[in-house]
Amino acid sequence: MTKKNWPLWEVFVRSKNGLEHRHFGSLHAADEEMALENARDVYTRRSEGVSIWVVESKNITASNPENNGELFEPAQDKVYRHPTFYDLPDEVKHM
Amino acid sequence: MSEEQKNMEAERSLSLEAQFEARIARDEKIEPKDWMPEKYRKTHIRQMSQHAHSEIVGMLPEGNWITRAPSLRRKVALLAKVQDEAGHGLYLYSACETLGITRDELYEQLHTGKAKYSSIFNYPTVTWADMGAIGWLVDGAAIINQVPLCNTSYGPYARAMIRVCKEESFHQRQGFEIMIKLAGGSPEQKEMAQDALNRWWWPSLMMLGPTDAESVHTEQSMKWKLKRKSNDDLRQQFIDQTVPQAELIGLTIPDADLKWNEERGSYDFGDINWDEFWQVVKGHGPCNKERMNARVGAWEGGEWVRDAAMAYAEKKESRKNKKVV
Repeated sequence: MTKKNWPLWEVFVRSKNGLEHRHFGSLHAADEEMALENARDVYTRRSEGVSIWVVESKNITASNPENNGELFEPAQDKVYRHPTFYDLPDEVKHM
Repeated sequence: MSEEQKNMEAERSLSLEAQFEARIARDEKIEPKDWMPEKYRKTHIRQMSQHAHSEIVGMLPEGNWITRAPSLRRKVALLAKVQDEAGHGLYLYSACETLGITRDELYEQLHTGKAKYSSIFNYPTVTWADMGAIGWLVDGAAIINQVPLCNTSYGPYARAMIRVCKEESFHQRQGFEIMIKLAGGSPEQKEMAQDALNRWWWPSLMMLGPTDAESVHTEQSMKWKLKRKSNDDLRQQFIDQTVPQAELIGLTIPDADLKWNEERGSYDFGDINWDEFWQVVKGHGPCNKERMNARVGAWEGGEWVRDAAMAYAEKKESRKNKKVV
């Protein structure tokens, strides 16, 4: 029998209602149920969360930093997407 | 590869390396998928895994006293502290795995002795006062070592360290509280506290690492912000902050040469027995074998549980798939 190791899971925790789930770290577990239980013990020992998501790491598709140029640089010369690009007279209030 | 291709490759990696060093100099963080020099990856795997192993092995000397804690208050605190150490080990292992090494490989390195862990955990915990001394001194020294790492250049390590440091200060306080109680108790209790201080003081100083002159990794580690202060500076800081705490509870630091130096605004201290340090590092400390036997025994003894959990998960998964069909 080939040895099977527990897969890696990524853990996301909502620290309180009103806030988004945030990546907290990762852990190994045999299945999703154990991943949730382990996440509770590893990442929320001091009331750090009210909700936990776990997702097996292999299911995450990530962008490659080598492509950062083509992905993110085009936004840099689009200053017209920011309010400060537009010239208004000083007298205009509340805009 | 032709000579010309080799040169181009070398040039490319040189300029990548220069860019990389510049990013760190600008205080930018490095994330797992970013390009990094092989040496950066290796050094981080070494240091982060050594750190994780120390947390895991560090549970053993204290675990020794959980069932014999003198009160429920002490027992829940010690249990929580040891559980934190397991947690810290897990944060650090998973941060380390982002560098492309598996958990199994990391354990393998620990169990075969290829990877080191902090030498301090190779000393025995012979009395309850040792729980106080460990929390106060060993965790105290660890905090001094760890706080600067919250700013280190490798993102996953820095994030793990922020969590570790937040949790660590309770560890030191619970230890010092044990020492306060014992030092203010019966003559026998006070003697027990003093004896623990006598035995843990020097190993705690050694724990901050060899002197700057002997430390082989310091220069590179400073550049990568894996280290912000030298071992000797950290040691001085630890001594300066700990001596007044000992005085406060009426215990004596076991160093005849310890003296306040007005000019330096720091304590002068006696020679550290570095032969002892290197002996322990090389595996000849009082408990090296015992610690490794306990660790490897736990790993091997738990194998059937890990396998069973995996088999159960696979069975569940295949049943689910059958239903779908």
